[in-house]
Amino acid sequence: MTNASGTPRPGPGVAPPVYLDSASSEPLHPAAREVLLAALDQGYADPRRLHGPARSARLLLDNAREAVAGCLAVRPDEVTFTASGTEAVHRGLLGLHAGRSRRGAAIIHSAVEHSAVLHAAQWAPGEHVSVAVDRLGRVAPDELARVSLRAPGGATVAAVQSANHEVGTVQPVAAVAAALGDVPLFVDACASAGRLALPEGWAAAAASAHKWGGPAGLGVLLVRKGARWRNPFPTDDRVDERASGFENVPAALAAAAALQAVVAEREEVGARQSALIDRIRAGVAAVPDVEVVGDPVDRLPHLVTFSCLYVDGEALVTELDRRGLGVASGSACTASTLEPSHVLTAMGVLTHGNVRVSLARDTTEADVERFLAELPDVVRGIRAELGL
Amino acid sequence: MNDVDLELDCRGMLCPLPVIELGRRLAEVPVGGTIAVVATDVAARVDVPAWCRMREQEYVGEGVAEDGTPRFVVRRVS
Repeated sequence: MTNASGTPRPGPGVAPPVYLDSASSEPLHPAAREVLLAALDQGYADPRRLHGPARSARLLLDNAREAVAGCLAVRPDEVTFTASGTEAVHRGLLGLHAGRSRRGAAIIHSAVEHSAVLHAAQWAPGEHVSVAVDRLGRVAPDELARVSLRAPGGATVAAVQSANHEVGTVQPVAAVAAALGDVPLFVDACASAGRLALPEGWAAAAASAHKWGGPAGLGVLLVRKGARWRNPFPTDDRVDERASGFENVPAALAAAAALQAVVAEREEVGARQSALIDRIRAGVAAVPDVEVVGDPVDRLPHLVTFSCLYVDGEALVTELDRRGLGVASGSACTASTLEPSHVLTAMGVLTHGNVRVSLARDTTEADVERFLAELPDVVRGIRAELGL
Repeated sequence: MNDVDLELDCRGMLCPLPVIELGRRLAEVPVGGTIAVVATDVAARVDVPAWCRMREQEYVGEGVAEDGTPRFVVRRVS
């Protein structure tokens, strides 16, 4: 039996699947869906043209920019819409790097940045230097500043995420900015945008709409007024000089609507999610030989990561999925490369048997209890097959 | 190499097999004895020390086998 999308429908008495991977992508917020449908009809024209449909598209784009700026407490002219969070990361980091190419040569970044930051740093001309983190995955501001001072040829930019996308640990962004002095800070805020207030101290920052319940294919680049930012890629003749390509007006407006809704409800949703994560952390820690990682308190409200000794991550994810529980894993055997998660490696915690659980806005206590009821049996089953 | 009580050849094994092997065979060395895990899998560099922390054993350190393969030494403390 299948539904319209071709996925098997659960039989009678079988509970529907539970999606516990919002940190990879949050389901579209209902507020975004309505706006998206309306904007598809009204926002198709080229916002640079002078006719009526174009003015209409331009108005929607400007509205989206103002709404996003309001939610993030920045100026509208600091907001650029990009084609993805990754593109926003690339433009933000590399634009600051290019803007200071006369004063330095090296990009400094924490060891636990998203791969989008690491790939951009590797691609950029010059050196890139990684800064170690502690067992919780947190970077030390004074250590980062020391590395920045010693950087070969001088540092152009430092990259520190607002919060870690795999383990949830919040980074001391404001303290990092203060310690860095005049070296500009790039903040990848993709994991936290909408859920937590944007930290202070950045020269450029990036966010991704589908992480907060907006549509995929829409990123947000923030460049502080007065920051020395230079386009690292070919320029274009669009509405916004920091962007390139035809503006995705409907997605921008839907992303803005989702962000407004998420920010309006974040106190209530965040508190509920945080309590559920506490419940998962406690429940999972009771399973033998399981290590829950990341900061238990100063963390993202909606996610937790843990690792199960002797267990193959792929087997874990596959068996949980068979039981209707969709989770992510940072273990090598589940990744696109043969390398284990660079985040877990940098923290010095177990890289195999890894599971990341992240809650959607409507994840219930019953969903969490179902996960906690299934997990010990799944872990026990995999270990039993190994004779452990 | 004779500097350890037991050496496990885990070359070619993918994670988590080297750590499973370590867990299975720890009992073959006496308390106070040492066991080496020779592993090509890159995850072993993190997972062997993490295993020691979780199982309350002592991680002695990393060296190389004669063929240059990384070799991780553990002391059984309980």
